[in-house]
Amino acid sequence: MSTSTPAPPRPHAPGGPLPRKRKPGTRSPGEGRMAALLLSPTLLVLALVIAYPLISALYQSLFREESGLDENGFVAEGESFVGLANYTDMFVGESGARFLNALANTTFFTITTVTLETVLGLCLALAMNRAFKGRGLLRASILIPWAIPTAVSGLLWRWIFQSDGIANHLIGSEILWTAEGFQAKAAVIIAEVWKTAPFIGLLVLAGMQVIPEEVYEAARIDGAGWWRQLGSITLPLVKPTLLVAVLFRLLDALRMFDLPFVLIGPGKQSVETLSMLAWDESNQLRYGSASAFAIILFLYVALIAIVFVKLLGADVAGTKEVRTLRKGGRTRKAKAL
Amino acid sequence: MRQRRHSRQILLGTAALTISALALTGCGGSNESGGEAEQQQDAAAAFEGRGPINYVSSRDASGAAQDSIDKWNAEHPDEQVTFIELPDSADQQRQQLVQNAQIESDTFSVLNLDVVWTSEFAANRWILPLPEDALPTESMIPATVEAASYRDTLYGAPYYTDGALLYYRTDLLEAAGVDAPPANWEEMTAACDKVLALPEAADMSCYAGQFDKNEALTVNFTEAVGSAGGQVFDAEGNPTVDTPEALAGLTQLTEAFDEGLVPSDAITYLEEQGRRAFQEGELVFLRNWPFVYSSLTATDGSSDVVDKFGISAVPGIGDNPGVSTLGGRNLAVSPFTENKATALDFIKFFTSEEESKARLDKSSRAPVYPSLLEDPAVVEERPFYPTLLESLENAQPRPKVVQYGATTTAIQEEAYAALTAEKTPEQALADMQAKLEELSAE
Repeated sequence: MSTSTPAPPRPHAPGGPLPRKRKPGTRSPGEGRMAALLLSPTLLVLALVIAYPLISALYQSLFREESGLDENGFVAEGESFVGLANYTDMFVGESGARFLNALANTTFFTITTVTLETVLGLCLALAMNRAFKGRGLLRASILIPWAIPTAVSGLLWRWIFQSDGIANHLIGSEILWTAEGFQAKAAVIIAEVWKTAPFIGLLVLAGMQVIPEEVYEAARIDGAGWWRQLGSITLPLVKPTLLVAVLFRLLDALRMFDLPFVLIGPGKQSVETLSMLAWDESNQLRYGSASAFAIILFLYVALIAIVFVKLLGADVAGTKEVRTLRKGGRTRKAKAL
Repeated sequence: MRQRRHSRQILLGTAALTISALALTGCGGSNESGGEAEQQQDAAAAFEGRGPINYVSSRDASGAAQDSIDKWNAEHPDEQVTFIELPDSADQQRQQLVQNAQIESDTFSVLNLDVVWTSEFAANRWILPLPEDALPTESMIPATVEAASYRDTLYGAPYYTDGALLYYRTDLLEAAGVDAPPANWEEMTAACDKVLALPEAADMSCYAGQFDKNEALTVNFTEAVGSAGGQVFDAEGNPTVDTPEALAGLTQLTEAFDEGLVPSDAITYLEEQGRRAFQEGELVFLRNWPFVYSSLTATDGSSDVVDKFGISAVPGIGDNPGVSTLGGRNLAVSPFTENKATALDFIKFFTSEEESKARLDKSSRAPVYPSLLEDPAVVEERPFYPTLLESLENAQPRPKVVQYGATTTAIQEEAYAALTAEKTPEQALADMQAKLEELSAE
């Protein structure tokens, strides 16, 4: 944190210009307090919408609802503190098997869908980046799957994957897509990729369009073919955008809920994800274990995000750009001196 | 110097954040209210207080319920009833009702509950027991009264009811020389053998119900067990699915799949898919609810079976009569509403025979009064009512358990495993018994 903070400026450096233009990233004593004051509403809102639900869920996950009945058949009221039992129970017995299955499904869906989407999205972007007739139309039409609400596209695909639906007609088979089994997973993956590949495609396209044409021109003059241009220019330059897009998709896919829920149905082991499990628990009024599942999912998502940012250096907030600019500014000044 | 101030700010910020979060958590945290609820319960039993109330219900597309409410409102200017509509999905309705009960909100006064929610709501004290003589229960179908009771106390006023029907192709049965609808599975299988031998029925399947992993599977499984003379839960509320009767019921279904009586894709069938298959002439027999009747008789060309189908009660297994499960809705009073006297009067009025009859003009939902279901004038409009009544006289409520959600999940899980041949019926039932015992022991 301190490494990027440059040395404090001297207000009246002898011979220097008036300190109107301070170096970016430095502030006067009063400014800090002012900044904190101005930021406090934001912090308060963040505390309300992020910290409070999180801490509340964490707190709730340490309790378990009484489920016994008294002699008159009424539910015993209240909940009891059970410590980490909601968490340890996730790994044993029937509910443990269900949790591990949901965890495996979530991971499997995330890896397969994001991989397929990235490949497909890149191809889409490459296709859309070329100048040809009807390009605007293609771009708009590619957005449609992404613009359809997930629940609606779930219903659409449910039609397609019905036993007498168009999917079975086209491939001339009798696959029961919405029954338990691997084909249900495949159905979810197909629908999910169809829906979100355009998202990656459009983000990557935006990244491609800021690559200056001169770079390609130079490459062509140097005799680089299409593949060489792709590998040495397009992909490296589009990488920051692509990483951000993939990160967003990863986090989204980990929370997958509505598509398997609508397309295949709740309670189907082959497609049950962590979110569905948490929903099911809360639906059965077991808020303690539902919170525990939600917390685990949160930690999982957070872990993936951190690993992704650290290892691959996905530049989410654009901090790198700022840093480079700063560095550039500093060297310029150094040169000027 | 700045360095220190910097970290102090962060520290302060974090502290403020934590404190505010903790404070908020403290406010929203545990709210034990045992004694208070007890008192409320006692006071509520008196059904006091008059004034405006809210009626919370699933959507009523027919407008019949609104007519009844308008009539009430015209007569009771100081005790107006407002109709609050909930989402279409039953799960979401339940969720909203439960949430409102948990925060003890007085917004919802009269609740429209699915019959399977009765036990859960009663056991959690989210609805009030009704006074003994409040309703003319002796003139209602006994199974509907039973389904509105918890531990022999009436908690809800039966509003409308629903039962299973067996739809069959009269034209094909006639062509094959079968003169009466089957009373049990053997007769049905025999009839199918003859029908499917006909050239025009070559590509058809015999029978379908609803076998996707869904509430409908619980219904179909419960009916199979009941039709074989068994019960999913006995009168004391103990699970009894490891019995020979339950095995006979489940085996009937798995064998029907194995032998091809039921089309293999019926494992993905809910009500709609089965209706479509029957309507397009792919099935000889279909188990479904009364509501598909209007689709099957649609004369706009969408149905291939207009005037070609008949209705009977669901078939039995062996020597036992066919048993339908019971659907439908009850009205109950929330203990958290202010105007309980009005609420009670309103449900008496709303579920009265007179109002039920008035609603028949617009709505095909079956009233709970046998006299109406047999009324010749009504039967002319809805010819399936007498069969439905017959079906309902044998009807069994679905499991009456407090943890209905977990119970139905366990039943679906194991029945589905047996139907997809992942487990033998014996194994599935043994596992189901174990799960249900665990749930009812809690």
